[in-house]
Amino acid sequence: MSWEWDVIIEHFPRLLQGAWLTLELVLLSGFAGLMLAIPLALMRVSHRPWLKAIPFGYIFFFRGTPLLIQIFLVYYGASQFEIIKNSALWPILREPYWCAIITFAMHTAAYIAEILRGAIQSIPKGEIEAARALGMSYPLMLRRIILPRAFGIMMPAYGNEVILMLKGSALASTITLLDLTGMARTIIARTYTPLEVFLAAGVIYLIISALIIFLFRYLEKRFNRHQHWPNEKPKDLDPQH
Amino acid sequence: MELQGFGHLLLSGAWITIQLAICSLFVGLLFGILGASAKLSSSKIAQAIGNGYTLFVRGMPELLLVLTIYFGSSAVLMAIASIFGYDEYIELSPFIAGVIALSIAFGAYATEVFRGAIQEIPKGQREAAMALGMTRFQTFRRITLPQVWRIALPGLGNLFLVLLKDTALVSVIGLNELMRQTSVAVGNTKEPFTFYFAAAMVYLFMTSISMAGLYFLERYANRGYHGARA
Repeated sequence: MSWEWDVIIEHFPRLLQGAWLTLELVLLSGFAGLMLAIPLALMRVSHRPWLKAIPFGYIFFFRGTPLLIQIFLVYYGASQFEIIKNSALWPILREPYWCAIITFAMHTAAYIAEILRGAIQSIPKGEIEAARALGMSYPLMLRRIILPRAFGIMMPAYGNEVILMLKGSALASTITLLDLTGMARTIIARTYTPLEVFLAAGVIYLIISALIIFLFRYLEKRFNRHQHWPNEKPKDLDPQH
Repeated sequence: MELQGFGHLLLSGAWITIQLAICSLFVGLLFGILGASAKLSSSKIAQAIGNGYTLFVRGMPELLLVLTIYFGSSAVLMAIASIFGYDEYIELSPFIAGVIALSIAFGAYATEVFRGAIQEIPKGQREAAMALGMTRFQTFRRITLPQVWRIALPGLGNLFLVLLKDTALVSVIGLNELMRQTSVAVGNTKEPFTFYFAAAMVYLFMTSISMAGLYFLERYANRGYHGARA
């Protein structure tokens, strides 16, 4: 068995191209998933049973089935219905790129919604009571108190979820997309050097997840900066000066 | 839902999926215990191996792992075989490759679960066992391991659910498990939504059964703790 460095070096630019598509998929679906998760989580913490049931069913389905099935359901499944084929949605659902993003966003939203629900429920009651005592309306309270606090609490768990989504994004290669894994597979089909190319791709994944970890450490600090208050005292609030 | 006589195909696939999941679970638990022992060992080399294992495997997509094991193993196996003078083509069966890949992935996460659980057991118990003259292995088997199960069970349960869903990835290398049998049915009937949805329901059923099983296992493992912990 010989280890061929040349193959890795020669095809490295193409692997980076794939890595770029992977990043694009993770960032776009991560953002869309977060937006979708907010209403789901808010419905989940509601006190009305019928409002709770919708996100419960959604989360149960998306967390209980493999991502591979979900991506096939969207990419291949949509073509079974003439109504979808004739609708304005078809140009989007025909593209593997958008199918991957839609599926990943819906998948990750189910997980983020559960994380967000836990974060919302762990906000100290007094903070919400204080907001109410100040006469804030529900949307204002949501924007100023509940969501910013919940984001700060959920940051570490959300970072883990983004890394899981990074790994899940490899499934985009099963619907013909040339993401990092897909690119590695096409290179191997030509060069027959599976170990070298797959391991090179693995190292790139590792570097991307390290970058994500650092990003979330920073975001966590930023959202929870009120907790480091003695070090970052706002200057113009001190009446003695 | 009309399955046009392909129901038995899906069921036979589901049976392979269950076998794959159970085999990977047992091998993966072994990897997890070994990994945790390596990480908690006093040897720097063992620690480095344990840390490298969890870092690399947890940062790599499971699909990439499955592909690497399946397509990469031939090169390694053939290189080993050629030392013994055997020069024919060797390939792992998809089932074996799937078990290896899934158990490596499961083991990396299980390593962290076991490590946390082992550290939770008071040091005094191990010292007491040593004082009674037990060897380190005896201490581990008689004192640490039985208690580790109880603490590690919730974490391992979640990992098993992840494992069960990851078995679908082995369809990519051609194992006739639920996902691949479903694709076969789709190819024949041209009704992708119906069949993938049916398969999703089978997966949902399997995860629900596992969740119920885990609930009872946890209750059984905690039977001595009722009341003491609220």
